[in-house]
Amino acid sequence: MSRPPSARSEVVFDDFKPAYTAGQALAEANRCLYCSDAPCIQACPTGIDIPEFIRKIATDNVKGSARTIFEANVLGMSCARVCPVEVLCVGDCVYNHMGIPPIQIGKLQRYATDIAYDKGWSYFSAGEDTGKRVALIGAGPASLACAHALRRMGHACTIFEKRDVVGGLNTTGVAPYKMKADRSQDEVDWILSIGGIEVTTGVEVGRDVSFADLERDFDAIFIGFGLGPDGWLAAEGNKLAGIHGAVEFIERFKLGEVDLDGVERALVIGGGNTAVDAVRELKGLGVANVAMVYRGTEARMSGYAHEWAAAKLENIDAIWQTQPTGFARSGDGLEVTAVKLDADKTPIAGSEHGLPADLVLLAIGQGKLGDLVVDLDGITAEWGRLIVDGDGFTGRPGYYAGGDAANGGKEVVNAAAEGKAAARAIDAWFAADNSLRSPEGGA
Amino acid sequence: MAIKPDLTTDCAGIRSPNPFWLASAPPTNSGEQIMRAFDAGWGGAVWKTLGTPIQNVSSRFGATNYRGTAAIGFNNIELITDRPLDVNFREIAEVKKRYPDHAVIVSLMVETREEWKEIIKRSEDAGADGLELNFGCPHGMCERGMGSAVGQEPKVNERITGWAKEFATVPVLVKLTPNVGDIVPHGIAAQAGGADGVSLINTIKSIIGVDIDRFVPEPRVGGLSTNGGYCGAAVKPIALHMVGALARDFTFELPISGIGGVRDWRDAVEFMLLGAASVQVCTEVMLRGYRIVEDMIEGLTDYMATHGFATIDQLVGKAVPNFSEWGELDLNYETIAKIDAESCIGCQLCVTACHDGAHQCIHPTGDGRVPVIDESECVGCNLCQIVCPVPDCISMVQVDNGFAPATWNQHIGDGAPLRPKKGAH
Ligand SMILES: Cc1cc2nc3c(=O)[nH]c(=O)nc-3n(C[C@H](O)[C@H](O)[C@H](O)COP(=O)(O)OP(=O)(O)OC[C@H]3O[C@@H](n4cnc5c(N)ncnc54)[C@H](O)[C@@H]3O)c2cc1C
Ligand SMILES: Cc1cc2nc3c(=O)[nH]c(=O)nc-3n(C[C@H](O)[C@H](O)[C@H](O)COP(=O)(O)O)c2cc1C
Ligand code: SF4
Repeated sequence: MSRPPSARSEVVFDDFKPAYTAGQALAEANRCLYCSDAPCIQACPTGIDIPEFIRKIATDNVKGSARTIFEANVLGMSCARVCPVEVLCVGDCVYNHMGIPPIQIGKLQRYATDIAYDKGWSYFSAGEDTGKRVALIGAGPASLACAHALRRMGHACTIFEKRDVVGGLNTTGVAPYKMKADRSQDEVDWILSIGGIEVTTGVEVGRDVSFADLERDFDAIFIGFGLGPDGWLAAEGNKLAGIHGAVEFIERFKLGEVDLDGVERALVIGGGNTAVDAVRELKGLGVANVAMVYRGTEARMSGYAHEWAAAKLENIDAIWQTQPTGFARSGDGLEVTAVKLDADKTPIAGSEHGLPADLVLLAIGQGKLGDLVVDLDGITAEWGRLIVDGDGFTGRPGYYAGGDAANGGKEVVNAAAEGKAAARAIDAWFAADNSLRSPEGGA
Repeated sequence: MAIKPDLTTDCAGIRSPNPFWLASAPPTNSGEQIMRAFDAGWGGAVWKTLGTPIQNVSSRFGATNYRGTAAIGFNNIELITDRPLDVNFREIAEVKKRYPDHAVIVSLMVETREEWKEIIKRSEDAGADGLELNFGCPHGMCERGMGSAVGQEPKVNERITGWAKEFATVPVLVKLTPNVGDIVPHGIAAQAGGADGVSLINTIKSIIGVDIDRFVPEPRVGGLSTNGGYCGAAVKPIALHMVGALARDFTFELPISGIGGVRDWRDAVEFMLLGAASVQVCTEVMLRGYRIVEDMIEGLTDYMATHGFATIDQLVGKAVPNFSEWGELDLNYETIAKIDAESCIGCQLCVTACHDGAHQCIHPTGDGRVPVIDESECVGCNLCQIVCPVPDCISMVQVDNGFAPATWNQHIGDGAPLRPKKGAH
């Protein structure tokens, strides 16, 4: 497991939402109404008792405040930075109904959890050893939340991660103006400090280790392998140099350096959150002209409105209702041919035109990895997304899944909630005397 | 964490898992409420005062708001329980059966010796862990010769406390009214009557406001109102003083249950440092619910661990020796204000405060908005620090003026030299 190198292009970014000072945190905390049955709690997938943690900031019980957060969500530090709070807790703050600015819950959560990290407060200890072993596939938020909860119950955990770095997309994907890779790594270290969670990096399950191996050595399996590689546009010239998958490109500048010398104009194809992140990231990395090319209208884009609003303030353009149809070399750069689409996303005849670009990122969705496991009896996938019940059970005894692999691609906080729910289900399954290992093959 | 502090509390022989008790008031009206409170974490509860059930008015509470903060002070004109006594006693028994380790203290207010005898017997039969004699209610009951009418007369207080002690087998706390000039004789009276401890304060006589269009004080009952009892955050300083005054009095030896304006663990710690062995809360629970106790327990535990207190009695009274008299203060101890230019936001509230309300020694500067302090004139009064909106921007710094410590008493007695006065021209 390696830490991200210090030479990374992402370090040029400042926090879009800077940390609170003590005075700011206190002023904001004192504004909280301490609602009963608060809507913000309902809006949080991990159900953090938000009014309680905020009150504890106001009473100068910051240690207790962070405890309230971590008890519900052990990834509370990263969630404080990366959650789209505008559409979750903050969006549901009752102050919105009064036309008064809602409480900045994410910033308060960051305040409390950062202090807890800085002070080295520890809250959790592993449960008494049960002798049970769980294998977790992928070291992203889902597996980390699941493993931590399992450890509190006393089950031993081994995480298999195909990359050298851990933390999943929290480390390799989230926008650096929200959180940088080293901070995500800090979180992983903090979570692992409970002890008894082994992380094996550079091991790809399905290639380096088989499911039969896992079934032999472990009592249960949690699948948290997230999504697959960037989707690719079926268009002529789509393999030309200068065309990259957005998620892959983001990973490159988050974990290392990218050279954007000579890139004057960049296009990002797509209208989801990855596309909106990518345009802001390219702008921040110094590309003068950045535009998003999207098939639909602004009103129908799937990227969050608040994120797009921030992008517009950074002078980022959008080319709406436009579909690239091919790529060609043009001088040092590329020429993207495109058609305009009507309201039904049908190409408008005669609307073909060319768009110059030095760099093109494809942000049209990521593939899903369900095919890796559908050959296992009992496991089903829909468009590559694993089908699970409310507790993450896949249908094959001993196999649970959560996070992007099962929800098709949501947020870190959903992965955290689903990982924790699966841990409870696995624990209950063990309690009913179940195990994947046959009694004689047991370790 | 090195030590795991033990919050177990013994106040006047009444034991509870932690020092946090609900004060006798609406939050302790019924068994159902008190059981929910115990589930939330409260260590004890003083049952809503029992006596001959009364009839309450409609419109009972009022509040003082300050700069957008609701209810920094609270006032009520409600009386003692309005529920039948046998219902109350049945519920007390039920609570004690289900929560044997929590403290249930029954608050009582009746008139005659016979009535005290009977109600004490019934309370003990129901399982009360202690009794609290309500000599404090400042409205409604005193007109009937009870409540603060008793608490304001040391002789009557002592006599009735004596009756209660004659009949009671469980510890007896006397709840004192703050509506007196000096609290000490009243605590002494309870002690002389044989009380096991005192609780204070009850509410302070008050009028919370006046409806300026109807010309009627608040809370308004039809076209009239009456004085009520003041409580909540605003009364804490008064309560702290009264608790401290009893704790430091050499003739007063009883344990104290501190009440008045407690909102969180820090307030509770302050009461305990000034001598309270347990702490009672009413208004903050009325405003925010039983759930506030989670933070109180956590905050106190953490505080105790940080300061190395293993048990509650190690912190109770810790600040009492440092609560002294003016004549014992060092007149040569000198502080001045310092402004941190880095964090100053330029509001210049300190300039106005010092010019109009202190000693005219903070001045706006020519360039920029960071004021300067004329240290030769600063008397070290704290006013600028109090009005400054930025935490830690203005600090009060001790200066060495070369004078040995000298109190007023030493100066008068032995002629100890005093430093020259500042800002006194
Ligand atoms: C560009 C981008 C930006 C995002 N920004 C945000 C944001 O701001 N806020 C937010 O809340 N969410 C954001 N998300 C979504 C969020 O990152 C994911 O929802 C979350 O990380 C999902 O967690 P996970 O554990 O399910 O999967 P992942 O984080 O994807 O982790 C899966 C891990 O499994 C590993 N793996 C895969 N296959 C195997 C295998 N066969 N064997 C071993 N290991 C394997 C991978 O290497 C990876 O480390 C973003 C996503 C992207 C793509
Ligand atoms: C609505 C209300 C009713 C009260 N009723 C009683 C009572 O019946 N008996 C009593 O001893 N004190 C009564 N009190 C006083 C409280 O027990 C407590 O002493 C006082 O409110 C100060 O504490 P606080 O600042 O935490 O509210 C009452 C207070 C309020 C606000
Ligand atoms: S708090 Fe309850 S009892 Fe009091 S006025 Fe409101 S609804 Fe009525």
